[in-house]
Amino acid sequence: MAEISIRDVRKSYGKDEVVHGVDLAIYDGEFVVIIGPSGCGKSTLLRMIAGLEAISSGEIAIGGKVVNDLEPRERGCAMVFQNYALYPHMSVAGNIGYALKVARMKRAERDAKVAEVARSVGLDEFLDRKPGQLSGGQRQRVAMARAIIREPEVFLFDEPLSNLDAKLRVQMRHEIRRIHNRIGATSVFVTHDQHEGMTLADRMVIMNKGTIEQIGTPEEVYDHPASVYVAGFIGSPSMNFLAGTVEAGVAAIRLGNDGRIDIAAERAKALDGKLVQIGLRPENLSMVAPGAGAITGHFEFAEELGSGRLYHFQFEDLTLTVLSADKHSFQPGQEVGLTADPVHVHIFDGATGARLDTLEPMRRRASLEVAQ
Amino acid sequence: MRRAYFKNNWVAALVVTPQLLIIFIFFYWPTSQALYWAFTLEQPWGGGNEWVGFENFRYLLSDDRYWHSVWVSVVYAVCTTALAMGMALILALFADRQLRGYKGVRIGLIWPYAVAAPAIGLAFRFIFNPSAGVASYLNYAFPDFWNPVMNGDHALTMVIIAGAWKQVSYSFIFFLAGLQSIPRSLTEASAMDGARVMRRMWDIQLPLITPTVFFLVIINLTDSFTDSFGIVSTMTSGGPARATNLMVYKIYEDGFRGLDYSGAAAQSIILMLLVVALTFFQFKYVERRVHYS
Ligand SMILES: Nc1ncnc2c1ncn2[C@@H]1O[C@H](COP(=O)(O)OP(=O)(O)OP(=O)(O)O)[C@@H](O)[C@H]1O
Ligand SMILES: [Mg+2]
Repeated sequence: MAEISIRDVRKSYGKDEVVHGVDLAIYDGEFVVIIGPSGCGKSTLLRMIAGLEAISSGEIAIGGKVVNDLEPRERGCAMVFQNYALYPHMSVAGNIGYALKVARMKRAERDAKVAEVARSVGLDEFLDRKPGQLSGGQRQRVAMARAIIREPEVFLFDEPLSNLDAKLRVQMRHEIRRIHNRIGATSVFVTHDQHEGMTLADRMVIMNKGTIEQIGTPEEVYDHPASVYVAGFIGSPSMNFLAGTVEAGVAAIRLGNDGRIDIAAERAKALDGKLVQIGLRPENLSMVAPGAGAITGHFEFAEELGSGRLYHFQFEDLTLTVLSADKHSFQPGQEVGLTADPVHVHIFDGATGARLDTLEPMRRRASLEVAQ
Repeated sequence: MRRAYFKNNWVAALVVTPQLLIIFIFFYWPTSQALYWAFTLEQPWGGGNEWVGFENFRYLLSDDRYWHSVWVSVVYAVCTTALAMGMALILALFADRQLRGYKGVRIGLIWPYAVAAPAIGLAFRFIFNPSAGVASYLNYAFPDFWNPVMNGDHALTMVIIAGAWKQVSYSFIFFLAGLQSIPRSLTEASAMDGARVMRRMWDIQLPLITPTVFFLVIINLTDSFTDSFGIVSTMTSGGPARATNLMVYKIYEDGFRGLDYSGAAAQSIILMLLVVALTFFQFKYVERRVHYS
């Protein structure tokens, strides 16, 4: 059993605190993706789990055992690095088998194991090559094999796919998920690519500036983002945001001079008079006759996406995007009504950016579990 | 593409003359003089030099004293190089791990290279003086434990230590640069793979700095052959009983003390060829062969 529990973990470099009190519980066998913008502390958190970075305060436990003061080799984690970190002077076989060699496994046994693992990732033809003689994708596989061969309890990935081209990245992504399903090791995967995160994760951890913004399944995170930040970060094309005021009398949020988005009456009542940010995903907006919609936008241009089109509208001084499978041909400047299904209107606090919603406590769930 | 050129040739001449002059005065002229002396012999009662071909060399190569000097030089060069590089590597490995105080160590270690060899020799002569300091206590407790003035092995050991001390800094800087050019993630990966500190040094760091090691072996050997004069001159004057009579010191002794210009010149030509050979080896093989990826 290798559940990972992270309690109020902080990291400072000198005076700068870069991770500000992270609480996170990762279950045995779970695939957790940590995602966030560059510099938010994802790698730092992962490296603290691995033992490559000292923990400034707080506690990390793997399989119920506090590992704060343990060396990396005592933690039972394997890691795949972004630049692969293959040993350039060793052959592929040497790289894959290094951990076993260090563990003093017998030569014959080791060779058999290396061959088996190499076969499982399609490297059996390359065992004698040096890493420098491999393609990016092959190096990636060597890095994977090197981690797999140790049969680790915990698998750590630090943006392992970011050096690959788009097609290979998708392919390796599937392979990683397949390997995870086969081995069942607890996996923590760091990325800043939301597609990668959404598709791989059992649960996602969205980080921002050294804190966790939200923890949830990809679906939860997408459908109920806990903050403006998460809402804007997850989803592509990204969400539209509009500032407005809730008016309980008309069960709507008033936007600018003449916009109005209807919301459920109870929600409006609870938030009467409040300044809010509303978030509308492009696929939840639809186009209607001018005047008939909640707001009236001026058409700017459309982007062809193949499966649909992304229409850009000007509303007051904002740009709104609408994703639709319908093929319209609007003239630039043409007025088009835009409307949103009340169910899909995300309402955030105008000041704090926190979600104003019954589902908001979801964000807290994981921390409560940690506390238990 | 247009080459830079000077309209007036005399400007170009003015620019290159100082450099040419320096090279000529300090390299070509002495070398040509040495060659001249090496292949000639001064007539017994003066009156010009007589061309003798390889006679000077033939004489040298059949002289046991010369071969003894070569042997002592090789021992000195190999031991100094091994000692200096070993020390430098250990220090660099620690400095690379950024143990506390490494910045001070780094600066402190660069100094010895800037100190002139005779100054080092004088300092070490004081440190190793058999009748003063630590050595005198040891000699009191164990008679004849340390006496470089009388014992040739002790004297050679002493100049080797002094020479190595001088060379440590140079190797240290190169080792440290080499170690720091190894991506941190490689040592981290091997830490994840279960290797402890020493194992990581042995399996990952050392193999990756072999180019530096080869480079330094050559540089240190060359330096030990040519740059040991100051140390020997101040510490032992080649003694006792020629135990520290290194090739470079013997040249000086034979030439300026024994006034055998021809013999000394022949010796310096041999030493020069040795250094040229080492340098050639360095460029031809080491630089080409040792690389990865
Ligand atoms: N050794 C260090 N010394 C000082 N500050 C550091 C050090 N390592 C990281 N930081 C800082 O910590 C913060 C988090 O870094 P981290 O590498 O965890 O970011 P990240 O989320 O992994 O970003 P990226 O997506 O670019 O890899 C950054 O602001 C970085 O500048
Ligand atoms: Mg990172």
